Amino acid sequence: MKFSVMVNEGPYTHQAADTAYHFTRAVLDAGHEIFRVFFYHDGVHNGTRMTTPPQDDRHIVDRWSELAHDHDIDLVVCVAAAQRRGILDKDEAKRNGKDGDNIAPGFRISGLGQLIEAGIEADRLLVFGD
Amino acid sequence: MLHTVNKSPFDSHSLQTCLGLAKAGSDILLIEDAVYAAMSGTAVTSMVESAMNSSTIYALEPDLKARGIGSEKMISGINLVGYDGFVELAVTNDKVQSWL
Repeated sequence: MKFSVMVNEGPYTHQAADTAYHFTRAVLDAGHEIFRVFFYHDGVHNGTRMTTPPQDDRHIVDRWSELAHDHDIDLVVCVAAAQRRGILDKDEAKRNGKDGDNIAPGFRISGLGQLIEAGIEADRLLVFGD
Repeated sequence: MLHTVNKSPFDSHSLQTCLGLAKAGSDILLIEDAVYAAMSGTAVTSMVESAMNSSTIYALEPDLKARGIGSEKMISGINLVGYDGFVELAVTNDKVQSWL
């Protein structure tokens, strides 16, 4: 079965970013497919590689990047939510005249159409947030 | 249909709203702070017990453990699931509603 996941809460906020990750892992462990993980609202903060938690804490951003790398998962950050919160890839940084980018490996910036497509293409869309 | 609730019933009305609108035969999964609703002897226990007459209530075991809620503190008849059980509930129900 094909799943899509939507994450609307930032990391280290409450628990939704963790629940979404553990659910995504469990979907893969059960032999199902993840079509896409879409990050919206404060959820876009899951996609900045500048995140530096204490060494004895889980690294929520790296965890997503590793999952994307190991299982070829599409991690999409909403462009409008990202711009408001200072999440940029190279193209967005250039287009907006910013001095650097911060998107984490495995993430890409795109639009809400990707959320609609995720809802259409997947058999189930699960929403995690606060 | 699967309903997931993630707020404590002592902080938010989302569980109450969910239970009021869920059709008979629904699966209701308590996750994150909503697992506090699985405790016996609280102000919402009777509401949860009454919902159990028409729906099946589940609680995410890792979230119960993280909050120190053992089975001796729980309403009997609530089903414990792990993340694998969460996935299974999302597979067997054709729709999922997240009450945020």
